[in-house]
Amino acid sequence: MLYFPKWLVTLILGICALGVLLSAPNLFSAQTLDALPGWIPKKQVSLGLDLRGGSHLLLEVDMNAVRRERFNALVDSLRTEFRTARIGYTGLNAEGDHVSFTLREPERLDDVRAIVKKIDPDVDLTSNGADVTLKPNPVALESRTRSAVEQSIEIVRRRIDETGTKEPIIEREGQDRILVQLPGVDNPEHVKQLIGRTAKLTFHFVDQNVSPEDAKAGHLPPGDEVLPLQDSHSGQGASIVVQKRVMVSGDSLTDAQSTFDQNGAPVVAFTFDSVGTRRFGEATRANVGKLFAIVLDNKVISAPVIREPITQGHGQISGNFTSQSAQDLALLLRAGALPAPLTILEERTVGPGLGADSIHAGALASIVGVVLVVLFMIVFYGQFGIYADIALFFNLCLLLASLSLLGATLTLPGIAGIALTMGMAVDANVLIYERIREEVRGGRSLISSLQAGFQRAFGTILDSHVTTAVAGFLMFWLGSGPVKGFAVTLILGVITSLFSAILVTRLLIVTWVRRAKPKLLPI
Amino acid sequence: MGAPRQAETAADLIAMLRPLIIIRKIPNIDFMGWHKAGFALSALLTIGSIVLFLVQGLNFGIDFSGGTLMEVRTLTGPADLGQMRGTLTGLGLGDVSLQQFGAPDDVLIRLARQPGDDKAQEQGVQKVKQALGSNVEYRRTEVVGPTVGTELIHAGVLATVLALFAIAAYVWLRFEWQFGVGAMLSTLHDTITTVGLFSLLQIDFNLTTLAAILTIAGYSINDTVVIYDRMRETMRKYKTMDFPTLINKSLNETLSRTILTVSTTALAVLSLLIFGGEVLRGFSIAMLWGIVIGTYSSLFIAAPLLYYIRPRRSGSAKEAEAASAAEREPVS
Repeated sequence: MLYFPKWLVTLILGICALGVLLSAPNLFSAQTLDALPGWIPKKQVSLGLDLRGGSHLLLEVDMNAVRRERFNALVDSLRTEFRTARIGYTGLNAEGDHVSFTLREPERLDDVRAIVKKIDPDVDLTSNGADVTLKPNPVALESRTRSAVEQSIEIVRRRIDETGTKEPIIEREGQDRILVQLPGVDNPEHVKQLIGRTAKLTFHFVDQNVSPEDAKAGHLPPGDEVLPLQDSHSGQGASIVVQKRVMVSGDSLTDAQSTFDQNGAPVVAFTFDSVGTRRFGEATRANVGKLFAIVLDNKVISAPVIREPITQGHGQISGNFTSQSAQDLALLLRAGALPAPLTILEERTVGPGLGADSIHAGALASIVGVVLVVLFMIVFYGQFGIYADIALFFNLCLLLASLSLLGATLTLPGIAGIALTMGMAVDANVLIYERIREEVRGGRSLISSLQAGFQRAFGTILDSHVTTAVAGFLMFWLGSGPVKGFAVTLILGVITSLFSAILVTRLLIVTWVRRAKPKLLPI
Repeated sequence: MGAPRQAETAADLIAMLRPLIIIRKIPNIDFMGWHKAGFALSALLTIGSIVLFLVQGLNFGIDFSGGTLMEVRTLTGPADLGQMRGTLTGLGLGDVSLQQFGAPDDVLIRLARQPGDDKAQEQGVQKVKQALGSNVEYRRTEVVGPTVGTELIHAGVLATVLALFAIAAYVWLRFEWQFGVGAMLSTLHDTITTVGLFSLLQIDFNLTTLAAILTIAGYSINDTVVIYDRMRETMRKYKTMDFPTLINKSLNETLSRTILTVSTTALAVLSLLIFGGEVLRGFSIAMLWGIVIGTYSSLFIAAPLLYYIRPRRSGSAKEAEAASAAEREPVS
């Protein structure tokens, strides 16, 4: 127990030196560090949003909306296909998680099966006599959810990047959630507006044969729908009847920019890709003089007259924009439409003032705490207390170093965790020293007291550390945000204090015993 | 070390340092004599806590209940809470609570969960911001929708229950099942009474508080494990010593360590409580209570419990039999 082989001494000193070296960057500002030569470690502990200020948003991808929309599309396609194939049916509708209908001629089930397979191969068909139920295939549904979430992350990232936010973190959380962290953003309203919109742009023909009033009274031709007009001049609640069929969709856009029209009003100019250009060209050529509607998220932005065929693939959307809203729309169109609406489940924003105050308070509390503990140990253990304090210093360095290395995030509860760990870390020393005292009182010799003290205390120290670590792991596993930050410091603190209390303290004491050859222990 | 030598190096200087205070004597406190009082007090505390929890409930922070929390600082001198309350109550946002938070110009505004979905919560924030205008600095805004709140409660309860079982399992593994049961009961006692304290004082119960409770569980078990360790050792050393004496001896021998560790941890927590700011207040209070109750429960619950559920003694069965026969004479 008291013999340290050379390699072990080297290892302990090496780890301590590394700890000091790697934790040192945290004492300097980023500017100072940048001025230093390249070989010096510069990694700092990254501060959580509660300390540096910023916005944390938890979003949920609304898969129900996707499912609903898909069902509606399925029902529409079935209607068309059944008409073409002359298949009689009743009660075709989508409800909950399935689409159902009843066939007039049950023997035509195989035709229906073929049609359904053609429209959507990922739909499972079950039939009970003439009653047919369509349900999405669970495997396909899951992969669709996964891809919708991934696509949403990509589009959210593009939208946020366009706002110029620095170092945003956008990652998937759980099954269908997205975590967005925006350091330094203390008013996330604009970002929330941007990611709160699906930005699904479509072009439709306006059905000029039906007035919105007729349509609302129930005379809506199949294949048409009534859509509200966005901030129209003609008063609230105005709406317009459009064909459900999409002329061209926003997926075909390659670029969108906000600009001004000849009257100086803000507009969004867009460019189609080759497919979009061709389809838009064909559609407008055949329908000169008619109206078409530009629909964004189920609201009609504007419904201009087609004056001439648009074959160049350029166009502009004018719709009572301010220059900000035109810029936003252009941004959204460039970034692309979200596959599903996003709901904000949780928002936590900390302003820079509070963040700075929290760092200040946390640091002050930690320093005062550590100083008190250091003094306490000297008062109660003298020389050995100083050894424990030296070990505590390396413990703190190693903890900071491992936090920096792991890229762990330090939160305010994390700082509390550090202060607490320091208070608890000396427990290992207390256990060892008390044990040594006992052995001395029991009449053992100096060397054998030391030996027994370290040996016997070790089991206890290990047990007490493991139980703390167990609580830490559970917090890390089940906790979120700030609690995770606390758990990380707690777990790392347990590991570093095990090292420093047992190895560093022992090395110090053994070295002293070898050099001074004392006859009594100062304890 | 005879006469002090000339101090030549820093190491020599350190080597001359004696502790200023030494606890020399092993105390001889009759913990077992007090254990029935301890049990009664703990039963009272536990039942009281449960009753408080059921009757008064917890002051759930928005992490769990959902809702909105905004910390604002007035830019025009101390905040006029009455006037702000008037402004905000008129918005029709349901239950609005205002509270001074640390400094006189800091105000904590809490909105109850808005009826409706997650979007409705967002609109509440907008209304408050419009009403307060630009005379205040928005230091913190937290909005938690109903979905997340429910999940966090589940995760929190799950974490606490799992922690209790995991700790008991570990102790069982390292010792014997009787120790595991004792450790779990005393930790459960600490957890319940901490929740009781939060119910009594109606301190904001949030995610950080939950972290504190789990840490308390870890800390309290620390203490218990140290004492159990000593008991096991004593059991092995004195195979025929009667149980109450054995428990007393173990507790007394580890008492100096218990006091010193409690002190260092309490120093760290006290400094958090005093200097750590308002955000950490709930956490620090929970921790401070946990340190006190955790130590108490190790001494007066965890250790005496083993008198009632006696672990098997190592050594031959005959010896154990003889030992337990000797113990059957109760020491009152």
